[in-house]
Amino acid sequence: MTEQTARRPSRLFRNLNAKIASIPMILNALVIFLGGTIWTIVYSFTDSRLLPRLNFVGLDQYRRLWVTPRWLVAVENLAIYGACMLVFSLIIGFLLAALLDQKIRFEDTFRTIFLYPFALSFIVTGLVWQWILNPNFGVQHVVRSLGWTDFAFDPLYDSSIVIYGILIAALWQGTGLVMCLMLAGLRGIDEDIWKAARVDGIPTWKTYLFIIIPMMRPVLITTLVIIAAGIVKVYDLVVAQTSGGPGISSEVPAKYVYEYMFHAQNLGQGFAASTMMLLTVIIVIVPWAYLEFGRRK
Amino acid sequence: MSMANIAAPTIAVSGRDSTGPYGPKPRRMFSRRNIFLYGTLFVVAAYYLLPLYVMVVTSLKGMPEIRLGNIFSPPLEITFEPWVKAWSTACTGLNCDGLSRGFWNSVRITVPSVILSIAIASVNGYALANWRFKGADLFFTILIVGAFIPYQVMIYPIVIVLREIGLYGTIWGLVLVHSIFGMPILTLLFRNYFSSMPEELFRAARVDGAGFWGIYLRIMLPMSLPIFVVAIILQVTGIWNDFLFGVIYTKPDTYPMTVQLNNIVNSVQGVKEYNVNMAATLITGLVPLIVYFISGKLFVRGIAAGAVKG
Amino acid sequence: MRYQFITAALAATAALQFAGPAAATDLEVTHWWTSGGEAAAVAEFAKAFDATGNHWVDGAIAGSGDTARPIMISRITGGDPMGATQFNHGRQAEELVKAGLMRDLTDLATKEHWKDVIRPASLLNECTVDGKVYCIPVNIHSWQWLWLSNKAFADAGVPVPKNWDEFVAAAPALEKAGKIPLAVGQQAWQTSGAFQVLMVAIGGPDIFKKVYGDKDAAVAGGPEVAKVFKAADDARKMQAKSKVQDWNQATNLVITGQAGGQIMGDWAQGEFQVAGQTAGKDYTCLPGLGVNAVIQTGGDSFYFPLLKDADKSKAQEVLASTMLSPATQVAFNLKKGSLPVRGDVDLNAANDCMKKGLDILAKGNTIPDTNQLMTEDSLTQVNDLFAEFFATPTMTPEDAQKRFADIVSKAD
Repeated sequence: MTEQTARRPSRLFRNLNAKIASIPMILNALVIFLGGTIWTIVYSFTDSRLLPRLNFVGLDQYRRLWVTPRWLVAVENLAIYGACMLVFSLIIGFLLAALLDQKIRFEDTFRTIFLYPFALSFIVTGLVWQWILNPNFGVQHVVRSLGWTDFAFDPLYDSSIVIYGILIAALWQGTGLVMCLMLAGLRGIDEDIWKAARVDGIPTWKTYLFIIIPMMRPVLITTLVIIAAGIVKVYDLVVAQTSGGPGISSEVPAKYVYEYMFHAQNLGQGFAASTMMLLTVIIVIVPWAYLEFGRRK
Repeated sequence: MSMANIAAPTIAVSGRDSTGPYGPKPRRMFSRRNIFLYGTLFVVAAYYLLPLYVMVVTSLKGMPEIRLGNIFSPPLEITFEPWVKAWSTACTGLNCDGLSRGFWNSVRITVPSVILSIAIASVNGYALANWRFKGADLFFTILIVGAFIPYQVMIYPIVIVLREIGLYGTIWGLVLVHSIFGMPILTLLFRNYFSSMPEELFRAARVDGAGFWGIYLRIMLPMSLPIFVVAIILQVTGIWNDFLFGVIYTKPDTYPMTVQLNNIVNSVQGVKEYNVNMAATLITGLVPLIVYFISGKLFVRGIAAGAVKG
Repeated sequence: MRYQFITAALAATAALQFAGPAAATDLEVTHWWTSGGEAAAVAEFAKAFDATGNHWVDGAIAGSGDTARPIMISRITGGDPMGATQFNHGRQAEELVKAGLMRDLTDLATKEHWKDVIRPASLLNECTVDGKVYCIPVNIHSWQWLWLSNKAFADAGVPVPKNWDEFVAAAPALEKAGKIPLAVGQQAWQTSGAFQVLMVAIGGPDIFKKVYGDKDAAVAGGPEVAKVFKAADDARKMQAKSKVQDWNQATNLVITGQAGGQIMGDWAQGEFQVAGQTAGKDYTCLPGLGVNAVIQTGGDSFYFPLLKDADKSKAQEVLASTMLSPATQVAFNLKKGSLPVRGDVDLNAANDCMKKGLDILAKGNTIPDTNQLMTEDSLTQVNDLFAEFFATPTMTPEDAQKRFADIVSKAD
C-alpha cells in the first residue's frame, strides 16, 4: 500500500471527490475532536462552575486536583486496572486463541461462547457481576452454605481489592474480542513457518514465543490500541458495579471528570481533570499514531 | 514486513483449510493432549457461560426463592412473571410500561445511526486508502487520537454544538453523536480493509476511466461484505448498548432501552427485585446477543480482514 | 403498591376526560422521585395537575439527584428545556437563574400571596434572586431523624433507645442478636448526611451553623467538632456490616428488623408507610437523634424553564399554583413524609412522627439545610471525605477532622 500512494494522482481537481468524501472526517476532527479539546483545555484554566465562563484563575484547578484524595485514588486505580487489563487480556486472549487453533472440534461453539460477553454492555456486565459477587447471594454465600463457613470472597465490599473485582468483570467482557483478533493473527501465519520450526525441532512453546508472536506485530498493535482505548474510558462498568465504592476506593478518572463537571457543578475542576487524562492519552498515543500513520508514506 | 496481502487469503480461508492450525493430525480421541485441551476449554467455557446462566436462572425464579436459595441452583418453580413485568409493567416514577417503549426508541435510534455512520466511514476509509491527499493523514491521526478521548470530555462541547445547530434533544442529534464517535474506529477498519485489496483491481478500473464514486460503488462495495458485517455488528451493539449519550442527549419520550434498564434497576421500591432486574437485563441484551450468535463466523472473518494488518 | 399507581393513573385519565376537549397542554416534569413512597407522592401532583385539564408528562430519572441533575441541567442549557423541574432548596439552580434560563414567577407569587402563606419565609427567599421569584417550594424535608426498628430491639432484648447515646450503648446487644446496629447506604451523600445530623445532635445547632454556614475552619478543627467525629467513629463501627447502596434498601433493613436503626431524612417515612408500618408501634422516630430536636428546612422546589410556547407557559403557571394549593400540599406531603410549606393546612391525617415534626416547626426550631449553605462543589468534597471515612476503618477520626477543617476553610 505504501508504493501505491506515491503513484496516486496528486493534482487537486482529481482528488476533489476524495476531499468531498472526507469532509465529515475533517469536520469531525477539527470541530469536535480538536475544537472540543482546545475548548476544554482553555476552560480548565477558569473558575467555571455550573456554566462555562472565561474568568481565568491560572493553575488553581490543577493545584487543587493534585491534592484531592479522590483523584489520586482514581489515578492509582486506573494504573492498576490498566496494567492488569493489558497484561491479562493479552495473555488470556492469546492462550484461548492458541487453544482454539489446535484443530479442535466445535471451534465455532467455543469461539461464540468466549465472544458473546462482548455483545453485552458494561452496564449489563456490571450488574451481573455485582450480583455474582454479592456476599449475601453470590459465590461467597454458596461456598459458605456448602460447609466452608469461613470462606471469604467479597471483593466488591473490600476497599483494598475492589478494583480487582471490577477487573474480573472487565476481563470477562473483553477477552473474547482479543481472542478473536489473536486467532485472526494466528491464522495469518504461514503454515510453512510451522513446518520449518518442526523440522528444526524447536519446541512448540518456543515457536510461539520467539517466532509466531513477533510475526503478529500488526495484530498485536491493533489489539493494544483497542484495549488501551477502553481502559482510559472505563466508567459505566464502575458505576454499575460499585458506584466507586466502598467509599472512594474504586473511583476512576472518567468518573471524577463526570461527577465534578455535573454533580459538583464545578466545570473548571472537571475540565482540569479531563485535560490531565488527555495529556496522558496524548503522551501514549501520539508517538504511536505518528509511527503508524504519519511517517509510513 | 508487508502484511498487506494477509487479509485476502484469510478471507478465502473459511476456518481450517490451508493456513489453519499446526500440529499433528488428530489421532486418538482420548490422548493426553486432547484431555488437557478439551478439559481446559470446557472449564474456561463454563466460566464464560456462568453469568449468562445466572441471569437466566434468576430471571425465572420468584423473589422468595431468590432470598432463600443460592444463585446457581435451577429454579424450583419456573415463573415468567419477571419477564412480563420487565417488559411491560415495571415502573420508573409514574411510567409503568417497562422496557417496551424503550425498545422501539432504541430501534429508531440504532437503525439510522448505523446506516449513517457506516456510510460516512466507508466512503471516508476508501478515500484514505485509495485517494490520499495532502493533509489526510493529519486529520486521520487527529481522528484516531480522538478515539481515546474519554467521552466525558466531549459532553459539554457537544451540548453546545447541538444547541447551535438546533438538534439538541432530538433523535437526529443522537444519531449525529453516534456517527461522530463511531467514526474513528470504523474509518480505521475500512481504511485498512480497502488498502489490503489487490491494487491491480483499482488500477484496472482507473484505466477503464472509472472515477471516485464509480470505483467505490462498482468495485469496492461488492467486495467488502466481510468488513461491512463487522462494522454493522460493532455499531449495532455499540449503539444499542450506549447509555451515556442516550441519557444526556435525549429526553424521557425518546429514552433508549439501556436508559430505561438503568431506571428500572435503580428505581428500588422496597427490596431489589433481582429477578425483574435480570429479566430486564436479558431483554436489553437480547438484540446484540442475537446479532452475535447469528453472525459469529462472519464477524471473525471480517475482523481478520480489517484489523490484522496494521 | 402498584395498585396505587394504577388508581392514580385511572383517576388521571378520568379527570382528563371530564375536562373534555378544553385545551389540554402537555407539560413534561422532570424529577428523581422513584422510590415507592416518592412515586406515590408524585402521583398526587400528577393527579391534581391533570384535573386542571392539562397533562402531566412524567419525566422521572432514576438513581438520585446526583444522577438526575446533570441531565436536567444539560437539557436546559442545551436549549431543550422541560416544562418544570425539581431541584433541592438552595443553590443548585443559582447559575441557571442568573443566566436568564428560568422563568420569573413574581407576578403569580404576588397574585397568590406566596409571601404570606409560605413558611418558614426563608424558603421563598431562596427562590428569590434580585427581588424576583424563580421557584416554588413544595415541601420541607429534614435530615434530622433517627429511625428505629422496634422489632430489632425486642429481638435483642433491650428497650428502644430514646437518644443517640442509648442507641450506641445498645449496639453490642443488637450485634449479639445478629442485627446490624446502624444501616447506612454506601452512597456518599448518605454518609455525609448522617455526619451533619450527628453534628447538630452532638455539637448543637450553633456549631453546625458556624461550620457549614460561616465556614469557620477553626471551629471545624476544634474540640467540639472532635466530639462529633468521635460519634461518627462509633457510627462507623455500628454500620460496618450494612452492605447496601441505596438509602431505601437501608431503610428496608430497618423495616424488616434486620437493622436497629438508620439516620435518614424524613423521606424514609414514606417507605415505612408503603410497608404498612405504624409509627410508635412498629418503628420509632427520634428527631435530632433525641438530643436537639430541630427541623432542617431542606426540601424540594420546582423551577420553570423559560419556554417559547405560550400555552405551555400558561400551563406552567397552572402547575405552580396547583402545587401550592392546600389540598395538593396535604395529599402530596402525607405520601412523601415531608412537611407542607404552608402552615394553614389541615394535617389531622398526619402520623406521630410527622406531628412531632410539625410541632418543632411551629416552635420555630429550624436550621438551614447544607444545600442552602454550601455550594455543590464544596458539598461534593465533604461527601467524598465521609464516603472514604465510613468505608475505611483505618482512617482515624483525627485525620478525618483535619481534612474536614481543610475543606471547610476553602469552602464557599
